[in-house]
Amino acid sequence: MKRATPLLYKLQDLEFAALELKLYLDTHPNDKKAQQDFTNLTYQIMQLMPEVERYYGPLTQYGFSKENPARWIKDPWPWEIIY
Amino acid sequence: MWMYEKKLQRPIRIEKPDLRMAKFLITQYGGPDGELSAALKYLNQRYSMKNKRAKALLTDIGTEELGHLEMIATMVYKLVKNATPEQMMAAGLGAQFAEHNRALFYSDANGNPWTASYIQTKGDPIVDLIDDIAGEEKARATYENLIQMTDDPGLIDALRFLREREVVHALRFREALYIVREDKKNYKYDVEVDGAKDIFTDTNFTPDEILD
Repeated sequence: MKRATPLLYKLQDLEFAALELKLYLDTHPNDKKAQQDFTNLTYQIMQLMPEVERYYGPLTQYGFSKENPARWIKDPWPWEIIY
Repeated sequence: MWMYEKKLQRPIRIEKPDLRMAKFLITQYGGPDGELSAALKYLNQRYSMKNKRAKALLTDIGTEELGHLEMIATMVYKLVKNATPEQMMAAGLGAQFAEHNRALFYSDANGNPWTASYIQTKGDPIVDLIDDIAGEEKARATYENLIQMTDDPGLIDALRFLREREVVHALRFREALYIVREDKKNYKYDVEVDGAKDIFTDTNFTPDEILD
């Protein structure tokens, strides 16, 4: 049973920020500052994701992870991780 | 198409079992104002939503609600994980154990199964968005009730997070409602439009003025 690492917390933080901005951008699509923030977050997430996946195995399953797909069944599921 | 991401939206720290809370929490899984109701309602309403912004919002909030469903499931799973049948019976979960063992089931706190009649889609953008705002407020109130019923800091943290998400969703839906009303005023109600004017970025309107 794997424990959560600071890397996972960091990814959760970044993705939450991106999601929150996304909802804002849905009703305020022309807010330049929000667009810029969203783009910055996207780059940070794209950099961090492979690091997290090296430890936890692939987080997505249809061609967006470079990890060995065999790890999908082995690695712990979100409700099994100990925070 | 939907993509699953193998991680929780937010960490959930639950260290001790609490069967009584599990019994009450399940209403946010399969109860009338729970996360399943919200996800299925928004992801169904988006097909008949005319405004482009509101359509995107229903898609994105509906998807986030599926993530919240997983958070509630995780809480319930952790709260009942090692319970004995005797403990389940003592906590009022005897019927649950008889039907489902320790498995999750889409029901409210009284055990009533989830039903599609909990959710509404009228096909009218204004009606649907008002219904969505009401749904978010009902979920917020449920979370406030649940927070008062536990003293587990990990549980309270997760429930407070989910409560805040309902507040943000309600706010976004109020903005969408305003935008859709602008469409109607400008006779754009029944045509696909690129969204009305940029009300929140170009003017002084605040979301609080929308529902008066």
